[in-house]
Parts: sequence; structure tokens; C-alpha cells
Amino acid sequence: MELCSFLTLDLFITDPLTHEFMRKALLMSSLVAAVCGFLSSYLTLKGWALMGDAVSHSVMPGVVVAYALGLPFSLGAFIFGVGSVALIGFIKQKSRVKEDTVIGLVFTGFFALGIVLVSKIKSNIDLHSILFGSPLGISLSDVKQTIFISLLVVILLSIFRKDLMLYCFDPRHAKTVGINVFFLHYLLLTCLSLAAVVGLQSVGIILVVAMLITPGATAYLLTDKFDNMTVISVLSAIISSLIGIYVSFWFDLETGGSIVLAQTFIFLFAFLFAPRYGIFKLKKLFAGYK
Amino acid sequence: MEKINFQNFRIDAENICVDYNGKVALYDANLRLKPGQICGLVGMNGAGKTTFFNALTGFVNISKGKIRINGESVRSAQKDQTIAYVPQNEGIDSQFPISVWDVVMMGRYGSMNIFRCPRESDVQAVKDAIKRVDLTDHLSTPIGNLSGGQRKRTFLARAIAQRASILLLDEPFSGVDIRTEKLISELFIQFKNEGKTILLSTHDMIHVREFCDLVLLINKTVVAYGETSEVFTPENITTTFGGISPDFLFGPES
Repeated sequence: MELCSFLTLDLFITDPLTHEFMRKALLMSSLVAAVCGFLSSYLTLKGWALMGDAVSHSVMPGVVVAYALGLPFSLGAFIFGVGSVALIGFIKQKSRVKEDTVIGLVFTGFFALGIVLVSKIKSNIDLHSILFGSPLGISLSDVKQTIFISLLVVILLSIFRKDLMLYCFDPRHAKTVGINVFFLHYLLLTCLSLAAVVGLQSVGIILVVAMLITPGATAYLLTDKFDNMTVISVLSAIISSLIGIYVSFWFDLETGGSIVLAQTFIFLFAFLFAPRYGIFKLKKLFAGYK
Repeated sequence: MEKINFQNFRIDAENICVDYNGKVALYDANLRLKPGQICGLVGMNGAGKTTFFNALTGFVNISKGKIRINGESVRSAQKDQTIAYVPQNEGIDSQFPISVWDVVMMGRYGSMNIFRCPRESDVQAVKDAIKRVDLTDHLSTPIGNLSGGQRKRTFLARAIAQRASILLLDEPFSGVDIRTEKLISELFIQFKNEGKTILLSTHDMIHVREFCDLVLLINKTVVAYGETSEVFTPENITTTFGGISPDFLFGPES
């Protein structure tokens, strides 16, 4: 019996690891998931889900232009990510159109520009891998970029962890005690753009927003402490990535979609069974009475 | 301990104007407060009470006029932790995953190093502040599990921990229980004796008569300002509330 389960384990878990591309995919995706998961706690508490969606879509033309010019694709993505947010702020201030409408029209505009550019610029850009991610086909230069950006974001978030928490919670108090709220706002936006850039390699532009909000939302249902929320968010993101990649390997499924689905299932589990905030918490209460 | 000169102005706002994208929220407003004074800020919703607070804390920029805090700019008042703001209960996300201790510790952030590592003195300040608002039993309670009154006291403790000399309180008595109301009233008297300057907005006219030495009636601009006994008259209140008589607003006994 024991031997049998050991063999299964060997077949399903360790066998995929004999492939170089699987090892790389698992490592890179875990790293990316950790970064996005870390940021995710802040975005969900700040209410920036839509902003995350906007930024992640808006980086598309940046990626295409950077590839065409032979620049690091993260640079192009970053410029267009931050640029989209600046444009959203500008249009909102100068017109009577409501914010969610402005966000919607700006990011779809950017995204459409990206798609048009891909079709026009003759290059070896694979539209499919940008849209849906390709963690299994990640190149060496991409690996270096991803590690560099991930470390940068983690360091920034770690240094300003408490200030960002205060900024999300009560920006007015932050301002009153002399903390630079303007800086924190753009710091969070910068990290968002960078995380979107690394995240799109794993799951692609369309789904990267899930990496940025689902782990945070899951963690939010499971704890009342900010630090715990960050830890749970990062862990659930990493676990989802590992599950997603293995499942996609075993059953030959789209990897990006599998990762995000794994995250969604973990969220649903928390939604149903979270000790305090899950919808079946009542059952537990009744059980306690008996 | 800083020496308090009771003659100098703590807050000196001169002809300040604030507008949001061309919409005027407050114009030509003046306010002068000395240490140990408690001033009530009274006006309708949308009369510019919160805007006034925002201007004093530097959360919005004034488009005209001048604000001096202890004779210096708002910017340096921020750096010196001079002003503390106690928000309305509605103004905060009560579901934020944060404990009483962490909220009160935020009062110390401005005087900590960049990593916001609490020193011995910060921990002591937070402990003392929490004790003064009688929440010692709730140190690690998430703010979502507190009552409205307890939450109000948490934010008051944050202001105490900050050791600010000016307290701005947005509706400190709305949605609180009797016990909290009594505790806040007692604290106000202590603050006054410590030489703190307090500006509070309120809808409750009884509180104005009870605590406020001065009252500032506003409706986009200052309608009346001065000693409560002189300025807080039915005529002035009627003007402030756009022609509605105070009898209608507060019942015949006021």
C-alpha cells in the first residue's frame, strides 16, 4: 500500500521535475505569485481591483513597442502602465465622466492599441503568449528580468509596508503626521505596474489581474490581522501556482488559466468555509451549542 | 515638556479659500484659537466643516489666504506632529484588518524612523493613551469587532498617543454610547487644562453650550464667530442653517 502511494507520488510530483522547463516554470511562477500576492493585500484593501485590471491591460502596447525596439519588455510595460494611470487621473479631473467609465475606456483603448500594433509590427512576438502567458516557455533573459523586478518590488513593499498600510487605511492621518502620501500613492502604482509586468509571463495580460486581487481577497476572508493577511495571501498565491502548473502538465491544459482557476477555487473554499467570514460559519456556531 | 504661551495663537487662519476643480467649498474663512480653547464648528452638511479640517491638516491645498499653526506653516506643523485628526466613524473602513493597538500605534508613525519600528517610548505612549480611553481590555481586538463608541475612543487614543497640541474632531459625539460620551467630555476638560486646543464639529447644540468656549458658525464662509454665550444665538443659528429656525431644528427648548 505504502509502496503504491509512493510510486504515485513519484509519478505525479517528481516526474515532471525531471524536465528543465517545468522546474523553471515552477520556480518563476512561484516567485511571481509571491510578489503579486504580497501586493494583493494592499490592492484589495485599497479597493484598487479595477485599477489593477486597467494597468495590466494597458501595458500591452508597451510590451509590443519594447520588443520591436529591442528594449527590455518590462521597461515598455512600465511606462505604459504608469502612463495609463496618469491619463485616467487627467481625464477624470478635466471632464464630468465618472471614474469607472474613464478607467474602462482608457484601458480598453490601450489594449486595442496593443493588439493593432502586434498585427502591424512584423516581429516574432507571439500574441498568444502575451495574452495567455507562457510560463513553460520562459527565456533566460526573461528569467533575469523577472527575478530583478520581483526583488525590487518585494524590497520596496517591505520597506514601506507599514506606511502603505496606513495609506490604505487612513490617508488623511498619514498626511496630518507629515507622511508623504503623494509618494506612497505613486509607489503603490509603480509596484502595481511592475507586478503586472512579471505576472503577465505566468498567466498573461488578460488574467494577470486575478493574481493581483484573488489571493488578497481570499486572505481577507481568513484573518483580521494585516500581517497574517499578507502571509496567507502570498502562500495561497504560491500554492495556486504550483497546483496550476502541475494540473496543466498532467492534463495538458492552458497553464495560465489553470493557475487562476486554482486561485479561484481556493477563494471559493474560503468563501464557504472561512471560520469567521465564510457562509457556513453558522453551522459551526450551532455545532458549538450541541 | 514644551512651554505653553497662552497668549500666542495656536491656529491662525486668515481669509482661507478652498475649491475643488473650480467649485468653491469654503471662502474668506477666518479662525484664531489659543491654547486651552475649545471651539465648536457648526454648520449644515456641505457647509464646509470637513473642508475646514482638511485645510488645517494640509489634506487639501488652500487656493487663497494663509494658515499659521503656532506661527509656522502647515507643512512644519505636520512634521512636528502638532495636529491630530479624529475622523468621523463613517469616514473609516471598519472592516480593515487592524487591531486597536495598531491603530493607536499609527499615532506614533510620524515620529518614528522610516521602518516605523516602535521604540520603548512609543510603546509606552500607546499603552498610556489606550488606558486613558479605557480600552486596555481590547488591545488586540480588530476594530471591526468594536462598538461605535469604542471605535471612536480608539481614534481618540491615537490622537493622544501622537501628543498633538491641536485636536480636530469630526463629530466626536455622533453614534457613541453614554459611557463614551461621558469619557470624551472628561477628556476634553483634561485636554483644556493641559493647554491643548480643540476644534470640534458637531450637530448637537447642547454639546456646544456644554463645552465650547468659542463657536464658529459656517455656511461656505464664516457666519459668526466668537464667545459661545454671545454668538450662539437663535438668529445666528437660523442664518447658518439657511433660514430654518432653531426651534424646528432642535425642538422648542433650545
